[in-house]
Amino acid sequence: MDWFPLWLSLEVALGATLISLLLGIWIAWLLVNRNFPGKDILDAVATLPLALPPTVLGYYLLVLIGRNSWIGRAWEGLTGTPLVFTWRAAVIASTLHAIPLLIKSARAGLETIDRACERAARSLGASEWRIFWRVSLPLARRPIAAAAALAFARSMGDFGATLMIAGDIPGRTQTAAIAIFDAVESGNQKMADILVLVISAITVLIVFIANRLERRHA
Amino acid sequence: MIRVAIAKRFAPGPESAAFELDVSFDANSGVNVLYGASGSGKTLTLDAIAGFVAPDSGRILLDERILFDGEARVNLPPRDRSCGYVFQNYALFPHMTLRQNLAFAAHRLPRLERRRRVAESLERFGLAELAGRYPREVSGGQKQRCSIARALIAQPRILLLDEPGQGLDSSLRESLRDAVRDIARSSKTPMMLVTHDLEECLSLADSVLIYDNGRIVRRGAPLDLVRNPGTAATARLLGGFNVFDAEVLALDPGRHTSRVRILGHELVGPHLPACFKGDRVALASRPEEMRIVAQPGENRLRVNAPVFTVERPQSIRADFGGNLVVDVPRDAWRDRNEELWVEIPPESLRLLAR
Repeated sequence: MDWFPLWLSLEVALGATLISLLLGIWIAWLLVNRNFPGKDILDAVATLPLALPPTVLGYYLLVLIGRNSWIGRAWEGLTGTPLVFTWRAAVIASTLHAIPLLIKSARAGLETIDRACERAARSLGASEWRIFWRVSLPLARRPIAAAAALAFARSMGDFGATLMIAGDIPGRTQTAAIAIFDAVESGNQKMADILVLVISAITVLIVFIANRLERRHA
Repeated sequence: MIRVAIAKRFAPGPESAAFELDVSFDANSGVNVLYGASGSGKTLTLDAIAGFVAPDSGRILLDERILFDGEARVNLPPRDRSCGYVFQNYALFPHMTLRQNLAFAAHRLPRLERRRRVAESLERFGLAELAGRYPREVSGGQKQRCSIARALIAQPRILLLDEPGQGLDSSLRESLRDAVRDIARSSKTPMMLVTHDLEECLSLADSVLIYDNGRIVRRGAPLDLVRNPGTAATARLLGGFNVFDAEVLALDPGRHTSRVRILGHELVGPHLPACFKGDRVALASRPEEMRIVAQPGENRLRVNAPVFTVERPQSIRADFGGNLVVDVPRDAWRDRNEELWVEIPPESLRLLAR
Protein backbone atom coordinates (compact mmCIF):
# COMPACT_ATOMS: atom_id res chain seq x y z
CA MET A 1 0.00 0.00 0.00
CA ASP A 2 1.42 3.36 -1.07
CA TRP A 3 0.52 6.12 1.39
CA PHE A 4 2.31 8.82 -0.51
CA PRO A 5 -0.81 10.27 -2.26
CA LEU A 6 -2.53 10.68 1.07
CA TRP A 7 0.39 12.49 2.71
CA LEU A 8 0.83 14.66 -0.35
CA SER A 9 -2.86 15.56 -0.28
CA LEU A 10 -2.69 16.54 3.39
CA GLU A 11 0.43 18.60 2.83
CA VAL A 12 -0.98 20.32 -0.24
CA ALA A 13 -4.26 21.02 1.57
CA LEU A 14 -2.42 22.44 4.57
CA GLY A 15 -0.31 24.70 2.38
CA ALA A 16 -3.32 25.81 0.34
CA THR A 17 -5.33 26.52 3.50
CA LEU A 18 -2.56 28.65 4.99
CA ILE A 19 -2.16 30.66 1.80
CA SER A 20 -5.94 31.00 1.47
CA LEU A 21 -6.16 32.24 5.04
CA LEU A 22 -3.57 34.97 4.55
CA LEU A 23 -4.74 36.03 1.13
CA GLY A 24 -8.44 35.46 1.74
CA ILE A 25 -8.64 37.45 4.96
CA TRP A 26 -6.68 40.26 3.37
CA ILE A 27 -8.96 40.39 0.32
CA ALA A 28 -12.06 40.15 2.54
CA TRP A 29 -10.75 43.00 4.70
CA LEU A 30 -10.17 45.12 1.60
CA LEU A 31 -13.66 44.38 0.30
CA VAL A 32 -15.24 45.34 3.64
CA ASN A 33 -13.14 48.31 4.68
CA ARG A 34 -11.79 50.01 1.60
CA ASN A 35 -13.22 51.63 -1.46
CA PHE A 36 -11.03 51.42 -4.52
CA PRO A 37 -11.50 51.28 -8.26
CA GLY A 38 -12.07 47.74 -9.46
CA LYS A 39 -13.61 46.60 -6.18
CA ASP A 40 -16.59 45.07 -8.00
CA ILE A 41 -14.25 43.25 -10.35
CA LEU A 42 -12.18 41.86 -7.48
CA ASP A 43 -15.41 40.76 -5.81
CA ALA A 44 -16.52 38.93 -8.97
CA VAL A 45 -13.10 37.37 -9.65
CA ALA A 46 -13.00 36.12 -6.06
CA THR A 47 -16.19 34.16 -6.70
CA LEU A 48 -15.27 32.80 -10.14
CA PRO A 49 -13.34 29.71 -8.98
CA LEU A 50 -16.54 28.49 -7.33
CA ALA A 51 -18.45 28.71 -10.59
CA LEU A 52 -15.92 27.78 -13.27
CA PRO A 53 -15.36 24.11 -14.20
CA PRO A 54 -12.10 22.95 -12.55
CA THR A 55 -10.56 22.06 -15.90
CA VAL A 56 -11.20 25.55 -17.18
CA LEU A 57 -9.58 26.89 -14.03
CA GLY A 58 -6.66 24.55 -14.58
CA TYR A 59 -6.30 25.71 -18.17
CA TYR A 60 -6.15 29.35 -17.09
CA LEU A 61 -3.52 28.46 -14.54
CA LEU A 62 -1.54 26.65 -17.19
CA VAL A 63 -1.62 29.79 -19.30
CA LEU A 64 -0.74 31.93 -16.30
CA ILE A 65 2.09 29.97 -14.73
CA GLY A 66 3.10 27.52 -17.52
CA ARG A 67 6.67 27.32 -18.73
CA ASN A 68 5.99 29.86 -21.49
CA SER A 69 4.26 32.45 -19.29
CA TRP A 70 6.29 35.25 -17.75
CA ILE A 71 5.51 34.01 -14.23
CA GLY A 72 6.63 30.52 -15.20
CA ARG A 73 9.82 31.84 -16.78
CA ALA A 74 10.60 34.12 -13.88
CA TRP A 75 10.17 31.20 -11.48
CA GLU A 76 12.33 28.95 -13.59
CA GLY A 77 14.97 31.67 -13.88
CA LEU A 78 15.03 32.08 -10.10
CA THR A 79 14.88 28.46 -8.98
CA GLY A 80 16.08 26.53 -11.99
CA THR A 81 13.03 24.25 -12.01
CA PRO A 82 9.65 24.74 -13.68
CA LEU A 83 6.64 25.57 -11.53
CA VAL A 84 4.12 23.38 -13.33
CA PHE A 85 3.99 19.64 -12.70
CA THR A 86 5.40 19.98 -9.18
CA TRP A 87 3.72 19.80 -5.78
CA ARG A 88 3.88 23.61 -5.70
CA ALA A 89 1.56 23.75 -8.69
CA ALA A 90 -0.82 21.45 -6.81
CA VAL A 91 -0.79 23.91 -3.91
CA ILE A 92 -1.60 26.77 -6.27
CA ALA A 93 -4.47 24.83 -7.86
CA SER A 94 -5.88 23.87 -4.47
CA THR A 95 -5.54 27.43 -3.15
CA LEU A 96 -7.51 28.77 -6.06
CA HIS A 97 -10.09 26.08 -5.48
CA ALA A 98 -10.46 26.91 -1.78
CA ILE A 99 -10.00 30.64 -1.51
CA PRO A 100 -13.52 31.78 -2.54
CA LEU A 101 -14.92 29.99 0.51
CA LEU A 102 -12.56 31.83 2.78
CA ILE A 103 -13.14 35.21 1.23
CA LYS A 104 -16.89 34.81 1.48
CA SER A 105 -16.90 33.66 5.09
CA ALA A 106 -14.25 36.08 6.28
CA ARG A 107 -16.13 38.88 4.61
CA ALA A 108 -19.41 37.88 6.21
CA GLY A 109 -17.61 37.60 9.55
CA LEU A 110 -15.97 40.99 9.25
CA GLU A 111 -19.22 42.58 8.14
CA THR A 112 -21.14 41.41 11.20
CA ILE A 113 -18.70 43.05 13.61
CA ASP A 114 -20.27 45.96 15.44
CA ARG A 115 -18.96 49.05 13.62
CA ALA A 116 -19.01 50.90 16.92
CA CYS A 117 -16.33 48.56 18.29
CA GLU A 118 -13.98 49.47 15.48
CA ARG A 119 -14.85 53.12 15.81
CA ALA A 120 -14.24 52.97 19.54
CA ALA A 121 -10.82 51.43 18.91
CA ARG A 122 -10.01 54.18 16.42
CA SER A 123 -11.06 56.91 18.82
CA LEU A 124 -8.83 55.30 21.45
CA GLY A 125 -5.83 55.87 19.22
CA ALA A 126 -5.34 52.38 17.82
CA SER A 127 -3.79 51.95 14.37
CA GLU A 128 -5.69 50.05 11.67
CA TRP A 129 -3.17 47.24 12.04
CA ARG A 130 -3.77 46.99 15.78
CA ILE A 131 -7.54 47.17 15.30
CA PHE A 132 -7.37 44.33 12.81
CA TRP A 133 -5.34 42.05 15.09
CA ARG A 134 -6.89 42.95 18.42
CA VAL A 135 -10.52 43.68 17.52
CA SER A 136 -11.69 42.68 14.05
CA LEU A 137 -9.91 39.35 13.69
CA PRO A 138 -10.76 38.02 17.19
CA LEU A 139 -14.39 38.99 16.68
CA ALA A 140 -14.58 37.23 13.31
CA ARG A 141 -12.42 34.26 14.31
CA ARG A 142 -15.18 31.66 14.43
CA PRO A 143 -16.58 32.07 10.93
CA ILE A 144 -13.02 32.36 9.64
CA ALA A 145 -11.93 29.18 11.43
CA ALA A 146 -15.00 27.35 10.13
CA ALA A 147 -14.22 28.54 6.61
CA ALA A 148 -10.59 27.47 6.99
CA ALA A 149 -11.72 23.95 7.94
CA LEU A 150 -13.98 23.73 4.90
CA ALA A 151 -11.26 25.21 2.71
CA PHE A 152 -8.93 22.45 3.92
CA ALA A 153 -11.47 19.81 2.94
CA ARG A 154 -12.06 21.43 -0.40
CA SER A 155 -8.39 21.77 -1.26
CA MET A 156 -7.87 18.13 -0.37
CA GLY A 157 -10.51 17.18 -2.91
CA ASP A 158 -9.40 19.18 -5.93
CA PHE A 159 -9.08 16.99 -8.99
CA GLY A 160 -9.50 18.83 -12.27
CA ALA A 161 -7.30 21.86 -11.80
CA THR A 162 -4.59 19.86 -10.04
CA LEU A 163 -4.51 17.31 -12.83
CA MET A 164 -4.18 20.07 -15.40
CA ILE A 165 -1.21 21.87 -13.90
CA ALA A 166 0.42 19.37 -11.55
CA GLY A 167 -0.23 16.26 -13.56
CA ASP A 168 -0.42 12.70 -12.36
CA ILE A 169 3.15 11.77 -11.52
CA PRO A 170 3.12 8.92 -8.98
CA GLY A 171 5.39 9.70 -6.06
CA ARG A 172 5.64 13.37 -7.00
CA THR A 173 2.35 15.05 -7.82
CA GLN A 174 -0.19 12.31 -7.51
CA THR A 175 -2.60 13.45 -4.80
CA ALA A 176 -5.18 11.18 -3.17
CA ALA A 177 -8.05 12.39 -5.35
CA ILE A 178 -6.08 11.57 -8.47
CA ALA A 179 -4.73 8.32 -7.04
CA ILE A 180 -8.30 7.14 -6.42
CA PHE A 181 -9.18 7.76 -10.05
CA ASP A 182 -6.05 5.90 -11.17
CA ALA A 183 -6.72 3.02 -8.80
CA VAL A 184 -10.26 2.56 -10.10
CA GLU A 185 -9.08 2.86 -13.71
CA SER A 186 -6.42 0.21 -13.21
CA GLY A 187 -8.71 -2.09 -11.22
CA ASN A 188 -6.84 -1.66 -7.92
CA GLN A 189 -10.03 -1.92 -5.86
CA LYS A 190 -8.33 -2.26 -2.47
CA MET A 191 -6.24 0.89 -2.91
CA ALA A 192 -9.33 2.83 -4.01
CA ASP A 193 -11.37 1.56 -1.04
CA ILE A 194 -8.75 2.53 1.52
CA LEU A 195 -8.14 5.98 0.08
CA VAL A 196 -11.87 6.67 -0.22
CA LEU A 197 -12.46 5.59 3.37
CA VAL A 198 -9.63 7.65 4.80
CA ILE A 199 -10.53 10.76 2.80
CA SER A 200 -14.20 10.39 3.78
CA ALA A 201 -13.32 10.02 7.45
CA ILE A 202 -11.12 13.12 7.43
CA THR A 203 -13.75 15.13 5.57
CA VAL A 204 -16.57 14.07 7.90
CA LEU A 205 -14.45 15.13 10.86
CA ILE A 206 -13.67 18.49 9.28
CA VAL A 207 -17.29 19.21 8.37
CA PHE A 208 -18.29 18.31 11.91
CA ILE A 209 -15.72 20.74 13.34
CA ALA A 210 -16.73 23.47 10.90
CA ASN A 211 -20.41 23.10 11.77
CA ARG A 212 -19.67 23.32 15.46
CA LEU A 213 -17.65 26.48 14.94
CA GLU A 214 -20.44 27.99 12.86
CA ARG A 215 -23.10 27.09 15.37
CA ARG A 216 -21.36 28.59 18.35
CA HIS A 217 -20.84 31.70 16.34
CA ALA A 218 -24.56 32.08 15.61
CA MET B 1 -11.94 74.51 24.15
CA ILE B 2 -13.47 73.35 20.91
CA ARG B 3 -14.59 75.40 17.93
CA VAL B 4 -16.85 73.85 15.37
CA ALA B 5 -18.20 75.36 12.17
CA ILE B 6 -19.23 72.68 9.75
CA ALA B 7 -21.75 71.88 7.05
CA LYS B 8 -22.74 68.60 5.51
CA ARG B 9 -25.43 67.82 3.01
CA PHE B 10 -27.18 64.54 2.40
CA ALA B 11 -29.05 63.98 -0.83
CA PRO B 12 -32.48 62.41 -0.42
CA GLY B 13 -32.31 58.61 -0.41
CA PRO B 14 -34.95 55.96 -1.09
CA GLU B 15 -36.04 56.01 2.54
CA SER B 16 -34.77 59.34 3.76
CA ALA B 17 -35.44 62.96 2.98
CA ALA B 18 -32.63 65.37 2.13
CA PHE B 19 -30.85 66.67 5.20
CA GLU B 20 -28.43 69.46 5.78
CA LEU B 21 -26.31 69.98 8.86
CA ASP B 22 -25.02 73.50 9.28
CA VAL B 23 -23.79 74.32 12.76
CA SER B 24 -21.30 76.61 14.35
CA PHE B 25 -20.42 76.88 18.02
CA ASP B 26 -17.61 76.82 20.48
CA ALA B 27 -17.62 75.07 23.81
CA ASN B 28 -15.47 75.22 26.91
CA SER B 29 -14.93 72.87 29.80
CA GLY B 30 -18.02 71.61 31.57
CA VAL B 31 -20.94 69.71 30.19
CA ASN B 32 -22.25 70.95 26.88
CA VAL B 33 -25.51 69.25 26.03
CA LEU B 34 -26.68 68.85 22.45
CA TYR B 35 -30.42 68.67 22.83
CA GLY B 36 -33.04 68.09 20.19
CA ALA B 37 -35.31 65.60 18.49
CA SER B 38 -33.96 62.42 16.88
CA GLY B 39 -32.55 63.08 13.45
CA SER B 40 -31.73 66.72 14.13
CA GLY B 41 -28.00 66.23 13.60
CA LYS B 42 -26.69 65.88 17.17
CA THR B 43 -24.92 62.55 16.77
CA LEU B 44 -23.73 63.59 13.33
CA THR B 45 -21.99 66.53 14.99
CA LEU B 46 -20.25 64.22 17.47
CA ASP B 47 -19.21 61.89 14.65
CA ALA B 48 -17.76 64.81 12.73
CA ILE B 49 -15.75 65.92 15.77
CA ALA B 50 -14.49 62.38 16.37
CA GLY B 51 -13.60 62.02 12.69
CA PHE B 52 -15.98 59.21 11.79
CA VAL B 53 -17.77 61.43 9.31
CA ALA B 54 -16.14 64.08 7.13
CA PRO B 55 -18.09 67.33 6.77
CA ASP B 56 -18.39 68.87 3.30
CA SER B 57 -16.88 72.11 4.48
CA GLY B 58 -15.92 74.07 7.56
CA ARG B 59 -13.43 73.75 10.38
CA ILE B 60 -13.03 71.93 13.65
CA LEU B 61 -10.46 73.21 16.13
CA LEU B 62 -9.69 71.46 19.40
CA ASP B 63 -7.33 73.32 21.71
CA GLU B 64 -5.88 75.25 18.77
CA ARG B 65 -5.27 71.99 16.92
CA ILE B 66 -6.94 71.71 13.55
CA LEU B 67 -8.87 68.46 13.34
CA PHE B 68 -10.66 69.31 10.15
CA ASP B 69 -10.38 72.13 7.66
CA GLY B 70 -12.37 71.83 4.45
CA GLU B 71 -10.42 74.55 2.64
CA ALA B 72 -6.93 73.43 3.68
CA ARG B 73 -7.98 69.79 3.15
CA VAL B 74 -6.99 68.79 6.64
CA ASN B 75 -8.87 65.78 7.97
CA LEU B 76 -7.10 64.02 10.83
CA PRO B 77 -7.95 60.33 11.23
CA PRO B 78 -9.95 59.51 14.37
CA ARG B 79 -6.97 58.01 16.15
CA ASP B 80 -5.03 61.26 16.00
CA ARG B 81 -7.84 63.42 17.32
CA SER B 82 -7.74 62.66 21.04
CA CYS B 83 -11.50 62.58 21.27
CA GLY B 84 -12.94 60.16 23.81
CA TYR B 85 -16.20 58.71 22.54
CA VAL B 86 -18.82 56.95 24.66
CA PHE B 87 -21.12 55.10 22.31
CA GLN B 88 -24.84 54.63 22.71
CA ASN B 89 -24.40 50.85 22.95
CA TYR B 90 -21.09 51.30 24.88
CA ALA B 91 -19.15 49.40 22.18
CA LEU B 92 -17.05 47.53 24.70
CA PHE B 93 -14.88 44.87 23.06
CA PRO B 94 -16.90 41.72 23.79
CA HIS B 95 -13.88 39.40 23.65
CA MET B 96 -11.92 41.32 26.28
CA THR B 97 -12.45 41.54 30.01
CA LEU B 98 -13.20 44.94 31.50
CA ARG B 99 -9.55 45.24 32.52
CA GLN B 100 -8.39 44.36 29.00
CA ASN B 101 -10.82 46.90 27.58
CA LEU B 102 -9.19 49.61 29.67
CA ALA B 103 -5.66 48.37 28.95
CA PHE B 104 -6.39 48.50 25.22
CA ALA B 105 -7.12 52.20 25.57
CA ALA B 106 -3.97 52.83 27.60
CA HIS B 107 -1.64 51.04 25.17
CA ARG B 108 0.46 54.12 24.52
CA LEU B 109 1.62 54.23 28.13
CA PRO B 110 4.61 52.26 29.39
CA ARG B 111 3.69 48.98 31.00
CA LEU B 112 3.96 49.91 34.69
CA GLU B 113 2.22 53.23 34.23
CA ARG B 114 -0.47 51.46 32.26
CA ARG B 115 -1.09 48.94 35.01
CA ARG B 116 -1.33 51.63 37.62
CA ARG B 117 -3.71 53.73 35.57
CA VAL B 118 -5.97 50.80 34.72
CA ALA B 119 -6.15 49.81 38.39
CA GLU B 120 -6.90 53.39 39.46
CA SER B 121 -9.58 53.74 36.85
CA LEU B 122 -11.24 50.44 37.76
CA GLU B 123 -11.29 51.61 41.38
CA ARG B 124 -12.65 55.04 40.56
CA PHE B 125 -15.54 53.69 38.50
CA GLY B 126 -16.39 50.93 40.96
CA LEU B 127 -15.32 48.15 38.62
CA ALA B 128 -12.38 46.70 40.57
CA GLU B 129 -14.33 43.61 41.60
CA LEU B 130 -15.51 42.98 38.05
CA ALA B 131 -12.21 43.59 36.28
CA GLY B 132 -11.89 39.97 35.14
CA ARG B 133 -15.40 39.71 33.76
CA TYR B 134 -16.45 40.03 30.16
CA PRO B 135 -18.89 42.75 29.10
CA ARG B 136 -21.70 40.21 28.63
CA GLU B 137 -21.32 39.23 32.28
CA VAL B 138 -21.95 42.67 33.77
CA SER B 139 -25.00 44.93 34.02
CA GLY B 140 -25.91 47.81 31.74
CA GLY B 141 -24.79 50.40 34.27
CA GLN B 142 -21.45 48.68 34.76
CA LYS B 143 -20.92 48.47 31.02
CA GLN B 144 -21.62 52.12 30.80
CA ARG B 145 -19.17 53.05 33.54
CA CYS B 146 -16.56 50.86 31.89
CA SER B 147 -17.15 52.58 28.59
CA ILE B 148 -16.68 56.02 30.17
CA ALA B 149 -13.58 54.80 32.03
CA ARG B 150 -12.15 53.41 28.81
CA ALA B 151 -12.70 56.67 26.96
CA LEU B 152 -11.08 58.68 29.75
CA ILE B 153 -8.04 56.48 30.25
CA ALA B 154 -6.74 57.44 26.81
CA GLN B 155 -6.57 61.01 28.19
CA PRO B 156 -8.75 62.67 25.59
CA ARG B 157 -8.92 66.42 25.12
CA ILE B 158 -12.69 66.19 24.89
CA LEU B 159 -15.23 63.57 25.88
CA LEU B 160 -18.12 62.90 23.50
CA LEU B 161 -21.11 61.03 24.88
CA ASP B 162 -23.83 59.80 22.55
CA GLU B 163 -27.09 59.33 24.48
CA PRO B 164 -25.36 57.46 27.29
CA GLY B 165 -28.53 57.19 29.37
CA GLN B 166 -30.48 55.53 26.61
CA GLY B 167 -32.10 52.27 27.63
CA LEU B 168 -31.15 52.47 31.30
CA ASP B 169 -33.69 52.53 34.08
CA SER B 170 -34.04 55.63 36.18
CA SER B 171 -31.69 54.66 39.01
CA LEU B 172 -28.94 53.90 36.52
CA ARG B 173 -29.58 57.15 34.72
CA GLU B 174 -29.13 58.84 38.05
CA SER B 175 -25.79 57.13 38.61
CA LEU B 176 -24.76 58.11 35.11
CA ARG B 177 -25.51 61.72 35.96
CA ASP B 178 -23.40 61.43 39.08
CA ALA B 179 -20.55 60.01 37.04
CA VAL B 180 -20.76 62.80 34.48
CA ARG B 181 -20.94 65.49 37.17
CA ASP B 182 -17.99 63.90 38.90
CA ILE B 183 -15.91 64.01 35.73
CA ALA B 184 -16.94 67.60 35.12
CA ARG B 185 -15.82 68.53 38.64
CA SER B 186 -12.57 66.62 38.73
CA SER B 187 -11.20 67.23 35.27
CA LYS B 188 -11.08 70.09 32.84
CA THR B 189 -11.96 67.80 29.94
CA PRO B 190 -14.87 69.42 28.13
CA MET B 191 -17.80 67.13 27.51
CA MET B 192 -20.33 67.12 24.73
CA LEU B 193 -23.36 65.05 25.59
CA VAL B 194 -26.11 64.19 23.16
CA THR B 195 -29.55 63.57 24.59
CA HIS B 196 -33.20 63.99 23.84
CA ASP B 197 -34.14 63.57 27.47
CA LEU B 198 -35.10 66.94 28.91
CA GLU B 199 -34.47 66.00 32.51
CA GLU B 200 -30.98 64.74 31.68
CA CYS B 201 -30.35 67.87 29.69
CA LEU B 202 -31.43 70.25 32.44
CA SER B 203 -29.76 68.41 35.30
CA LEU B 204 -26.35 67.99 33.66
CA ALA B 205 -25.83 70.88 31.32
CA ASP B 206 -23.65 73.86 31.96
CA SER B 207 -24.61 74.98 28.52
CA VAL B 208 -27.27 73.73 26.13
CA LEU B 209 -27.22 73.78 22.34
CA ILE B 210 -30.69 73.23 20.98
CA TYR B 211 -30.78 71.40 17.65
CA ASP B 212 -33.62 71.57 15.22
CA ASN B 213 -33.39 70.02 11.77
CA GLY B 214 -29.66 70.33 11.32
CA ARG B 215 -29.20 73.77 12.90
CA ILE B 216 -28.59 75.15 16.33
CA VAL B 217 -31.66 77.24 17.03
CA ARG B 218 -30.70 78.43 20.45
CA ARG B 219 -27.98 78.15 23.02
CA GLY B 220 -27.72 79.13 26.64
CA ALA B 221 -27.63 78.05 30.25
CA PRO B 222 -30.39 75.53 30.97
CA LEU B 223 -32.28 77.74 33.42
CA ASP B 224 -32.28 80.69 31.06
CA LEU B 225 -33.70 78.52 28.31
CA VAL B 226 -36.46 77.23 30.54
CA ARG B 227 -37.30 80.70 31.76
CA ASN B 228 -37.16 82.21 28.35
CA PRO B 229 -37.24 79.81 25.43
CA GLY B 230 -37.18 82.67 22.93
CA THR B 231 -38.78 80.92 20.00
CA ALA B 232 -41.85 78.78 19.57
CA ALA B 233 -39.66 76.00 18.12
CA THR B 234 -37.46 75.99 21.23
CA ALA B 235 -40.43 76.06 23.56
CA ARG B 236 -41.87 73.07 21.76
CA LEU B 237 -38.55 71.19 21.87
CA LEU B 238 -37.99 71.91 25.54
CA GLY B 239 -41.55 70.79 26.13
CA GLY B 240 -43.53 71.73 29.20
CA PHE B 241 -44.75 74.96 27.66
CA ASN B 242 -48.21 76.04 26.67
CA VAL B 243 -47.66 77.89 23.45
CA PHE B 244 -50.66 80.12 22.67
CA ASP B 245 -51.57 81.88 19.46
CA ALA B 246 -52.51 85.36 20.59
CA GLU B 247 -53.91 88.44 18.94
CA VAL B 248 -52.73 91.80 20.23
CA LEU B 249 -55.81 93.87 21.09
CA ALA B 250 -54.24 96.85 22.84
CA LEU B 251 -50.84 97.99 24.07
CA ASP B 252 -50.16 99.99 27.20
CA PRO B 253 -46.40 100.65 27.28
CA GLY B 254 -46.85 103.13 30.14
CA ARG B 255 -48.04 100.41 32.52
CA HIS B 256 -45.98 97.67 30.84
CA THR B 257 -49.04 95.68 29.96
CA SER B 258 -51.14 94.78 26.98
CA ARG B 259 -54.45 93.17 26.16
CA VAL B 260 -54.43 89.97 24.14
CA ARG B 261 -56.93 87.42 22.90
CA ILE B 262 -56.03 83.83 23.76
CA LEU B 263 -58.28 80.82 23.11
CA GLY B 264 -61.12 83.25 22.44
CA HIS B 265 -60.73 85.12 25.74
CA GLU B 266 -59.57 88.66 26.31
CA LEU B 267 -56.73 88.70 28.84
CA VAL B 268 -54.21 91.05 30.35
CA GLY B 269 -50.87 90.33 28.76
CA PRO B 270 -47.27 91.32 29.38
CA HIS B 271 -45.38 94.21 27.89
CA LEU B 272 -44.99 93.37 24.21
CA PRO B 273 -42.11 95.34 22.76
CA ALA B 274 -42.07 95.89 19.01
CA CYS B 275 -45.62 94.64 18.57
CA PHE B 276 -48.53 96.46 17.02
CA LYS B 277 -52.22 96.31 17.60
CA GLY B 278 -53.72 93.51 15.49
CA ASP B 279 -50.45 91.49 15.37
CA ARG B 280 -50.65 87.76 15.84
CA VAL B 281 -47.97 86.56 18.25
CA ALA B 282 -46.97 83.39 20.11
CA LEU B 283 -47.03 83.53 23.90
CA ALA B 284 -45.77 80.76 26.15
CA SER B 285 -46.60 79.93 29.72
CA ARG B 286 -45.44 77.01 31.86
CA PRO B 287 -48.05 74.60 33.28
CA GLU B 288 -46.91 75.21 36.87
CA GLU B 289 -47.35 78.98 36.50
CA MET B 290 -51.09 78.72 35.96
CA ARG B 291 -53.78 78.11 38.55
CA ILE B 292 -57.11 76.35 38.63
CA VAL B 293 -59.82 78.26 40.42
CA ALA B 294 -63.53 77.89 41.02
CA GLN B 295 -64.66 81.47 40.35
CA PRO B 296 -64.48 83.69 37.30
CA GLY B 297 -62.23 86.73 37.45
CA GLU B 298 -59.54 88.63 35.64
CA ASN B 299 -57.32 86.55 33.31
CA ARG B 300 -59.38 83.46 33.95
CA LEU B 301 -60.52 81.11 31.18
CA ARG B 302 -63.60 78.98 31.59
CA VAL B 303 -62.71 75.31 31.01
CA ASN B 304 -64.51 72.01 31.02
CA ALA B 305 -63.28 69.01 32.99
CA PRO B 306 -59.74 67.98 31.95
CA VAL B 307 -59.47 65.63 28.96
CA PHE B 308 -57.05 63.59 31.04
CA THR B 309 -54.84 63.97 34.06
CA VAL B 310 -51.37 62.65 34.86
CA GLU B 311 -50.42 61.89 38.45
CA ARG B 312 -47.00 63.22 39.38
CA PRO B 313 -45.19 63.03 42.70
CA GLN B 314 -45.94 66.61 43.82
CA SER B 315 -48.67 67.67 41.46
CA ILE B 316 -51.35 66.66 39.05
CA ARG B 317 -50.97 67.60 35.41
CA ALA B 318 -54.35 68.38 33.88
CA ASP B 319 -54.68 68.52 30.12
CA PHE B 320 -57.71 70.50 29.01
CA GLY B 321 -57.11 69.93 25.31
CA GLY B 322 -56.39 72.70 22.83
CA ASN B 323 -52.80 73.11 24.06
CA LEU B 324 -53.82 74.01 27.57
CA VAL B 325 -51.95 72.05 30.25
CA VAL B 326 -51.91 73.05 33.91
CA ASP B 327 -49.95 71.64 36.84
CA VAL B 328 -51.95 71.74 40.03
CA PRO B 329 -50.38 71.11 43.45
CA ARG B 330 -51.79 67.93 44.94
CA ASP B 331 -53.36 69.61 47.95
CA ALA B 332 -55.07 72.18 45.72
CA TRP B 333 -56.60 69.55 43.51
CA ARG B 334 -60.13 68.53 44.16
CA ASP B 335 -61.88 66.34 41.69
CA ARG B 336 -64.94 68.50 41.48
CA ASN B 337 -67.86 68.67 39.17
CA GLU B 338 -68.01 72.42 39.76
CA GLU B 339 -67.23 74.89 37.07
CA LEU B 340 -63.52 75.45 36.56
CA TRP B 341 -61.45 78.42 35.48
CA VAL B 342 -57.77 78.50 34.57
CA GLU B 343 -55.94 81.63 35.59
CA ILE B 344 -53.03 82.73 33.42
CA PRO B 345 -51.03 85.41 35.27
CA PRO B 346 -49.93 88.14 32.82
CA GLU B 347 -46.28 87.89 33.92
CA SER B 348 -46.20 84.18 33.04
CA LEU B 349 -46.84 84.92 29.38
CA ARG B 350 -43.59 85.22 27.41
CA LEU B 351 -43.36 86.55 23.95
CA LEU B 352 -41.80 84.07 21.50
CA ALA B 353 -40.23 84.78 18.17
CA ARG B 354 -41.66 82.64 15.41
